[in-house]
Amino acid sequence: MPNGVLILAEAEGGEIVTVTKELIGAAQRLGAGPVSAMLLGSGVEAAAGKITGAEKVYVVDDPALAQYTNDAYTQAAAAVAQKADPAIVLMGQTNIGRDLAPALAFKLGTAVAMDTIALEMKDGGLHTTRPAYGGNARAVNGFSTTPAIATVRPKSQDPVEGGSAGAVEKVAFDASGVRTKVTARTAATSEGVRLEDADVVIAGGRGLGGPEGFAKVEELAKLLNGAVGASRAVADLGWRPVSEQVGLTGKVVSPTLYVAVAISGASQHMAGCSGSKNIVAINKDADANIFKAARFGIVGDFATVLPALVEAIKKVKAEG
Amino acid sequence: MHIVVCVKQVPDWDIPPSSFKVDEGAKKVVPPAGVAPVVSQFDAIAVEAAMRIKDADASTKVTVMSLGPATARDAIKNGLAMGADEGALLTDDVFNNLDSLGTANVLAAAIKKLGDVDLVLTGRQAVDWDLGVTGTYIAEIIGAPVVTFAKSVTVSGGNVTVERVLPDAVETVESPLPAVVTVSNELGEPRYPKLQQIMAATKKPMNTWAAADVGLDAGALAPKLTLEALYVPVVDTKVELMEGDTPEEQAMALARRLKEAKLI
Ligand SMILES: Cc1cc2nc3c(=O)[nH]c(=O)nc-3n(C[C@H](O)[C@H](O)[C@H](O)COP(=O)(O)OP(=O)(O)OC[C@H]3O[C@@H](n4cnc5c(N)ncnc54)[C@H](O)[C@@H]3O)c2cc1C
Repeated sequence: MPNGVLILAEAEGGEIVTVTKELIGAAQRLGAGPVSAMLLGSGVEAAAGKITGAEKVYVVDDPALAQYTNDAYTQAAAAVAQKADPAIVLMGQTNIGRDLAPALAFKLGTAVAMDTIALEMKDGGLHTTRPAYGGNARAVNGFSTTPAIATVRPKSQDPVEGGSAGAVEKVAFDASGVRTKVTARTAATSEGVRLEDADVVIAGGRGLGGPEGFAKVEELAKLLNGAVGASRAVADLGWRPVSEQVGLTGKVVSPTLYVAVAISGASQHMAGCSGSKNIVAINKDADANIFKAARFGIVGDFATVLPALVEAIKKVKAEG
Repeated sequence: MHIVVCVKQVPDWDIPPSSFKVDEGAKKVVPPAGVAPVVSQFDAIAVEAAMRIKDADASTKVTVMSLGPATARDAIKNGLAMGADEGALLTDDVFNNLDSLGTANVLAAAIKKLGDVDLVLTGRQAVDWDLGVTGTYIAEIIGAPVVTFAKSVTVSGGNVTVERVLPDAVETVESPLPAVVTVSNELGEPRYPKLQQIMAATKKPMNTWAAADVGLDAGALAPKLTLEALYVPVVDTKVELMEGDTPEEQAMALARRLKEAKLI
């Protein structure tokens, strides 16, 4: 009988990432039986001991998992799932989760709901809510097969607090069927505060007119110790790197303060920033969608508003 | 080299959010009157990826395939106008209301029917459901490896090399063919067909296949992921616009409000 919730844990530099804690929190709140975790990778055993709130931590530690490939990770995750026999599997909507979840679902003869933002148990089964149509709609899904698999949008769930480490169990896997290989990897370099972790994000859109329009955005970000974000239009035009893109196909941020400058506020952009505690919009079009999500706004041209705002904030800050 | 590109016809996404409507009873989106459906954005880019391979090697054959109602023919024609060689439309009443896995089962069956396919390209996700799973399901069904989120796709010597975009990195991934690759917007804009190409596209071969033609029956297509509700979420934030006769006054008003709210 399938039972309990199995979550995919992820580690970065030996530490358990935030979304993993959010998954364990969500899994506990479901009340759908024991919570277990799986950690896949190479040299990850020490990190496994840092996972709290799961009764059991399955570890697949193998050199073939040093770099993520769909083939290797699907086989490893399937080996764990077959052993754990969960009723529900949860992963983050992360680089790994996005790619792995559908392949695992197929291997286990079931289906997956991607990028969910709410999870609920009803009539003994998992029901998920997810944004669809670029965030314009919400879809509620159920599952007719087990295990029910869902990926969960980062920052949509409260993380688990405390709890003790689970019993670690090693699971073997066979790497012989791996067909793809990663031959090179170039990491984006970013200075200053990491966008996903920043408490203040100043984001710029196509209305800035060119890369030089970002000079004042950067200045404001520096002044508020924040990170710079961008719309996809801007990333596509090459004005800013993809690593700064906020939205459905970019990063999800939830800072205390999100300032959107010359961004129209398309639903796909809002998908990445609607969890922000306070949105400030600066846009010359009073009807722009961004004002519908904003707490404060200025209708005006960024070219005059931004320099004035930098000066005004300096002044107000100096007043103490 | 035979490439199949899977394209989906979707409601135009480029409409003001205020005209986005859902029929909650039917659990379907109601497009605004007079707005025609379009090719899902990433799928047109997948056709572009195929055409770049064909540009480099003219012997490449590109088939554009779509599952959908009869109107999906237009989505295929768009790919043919961009330079693809043939079309395949999968249409049947039993294909209505499939889940992604059902859709992938039909597409995979048609790909197997074609027989000689080396590379399958899809968009990274369809812009209606935004699930991003169909390409991976097709790969699993036909037993081929999958590489997602491509910004470039090149083939040589029985292998495909993909530059894969992640938010914080670009990876180069190599895979033997046959393979499935899903394409992201970083690949670049799809080419714009000339009028002459649009005319020529109408004369290119297009197959129309029903479930029986690809050897499937309705029972095999029952959804595993069921849709229980579809609705438009309510947002009820009220924006406070900064007053002022000059940008300086507006900016100062904002700075003071941010200070009061302890945001700076
Ligand atoms: C499936 C899918 C996924 C997507 N994923 C993402 C995503 O992850 N992130 C994302 O951002 N987008 C995404 N998009 C694209 C999205 O739909 C929009 O096209 C994009 O967000 C628009 O970017 P923008 O607001 O910068 O540009 P525009 O929509 O062109 O808006 C520019 C704004 O600037 C304002 N403006 C112009 N000049 C000035 C001025 N001088 N002063 C002040 N304001 C000015 C205008 O009034 C306008 O509101 C996606 C689309 C699809 C279909």
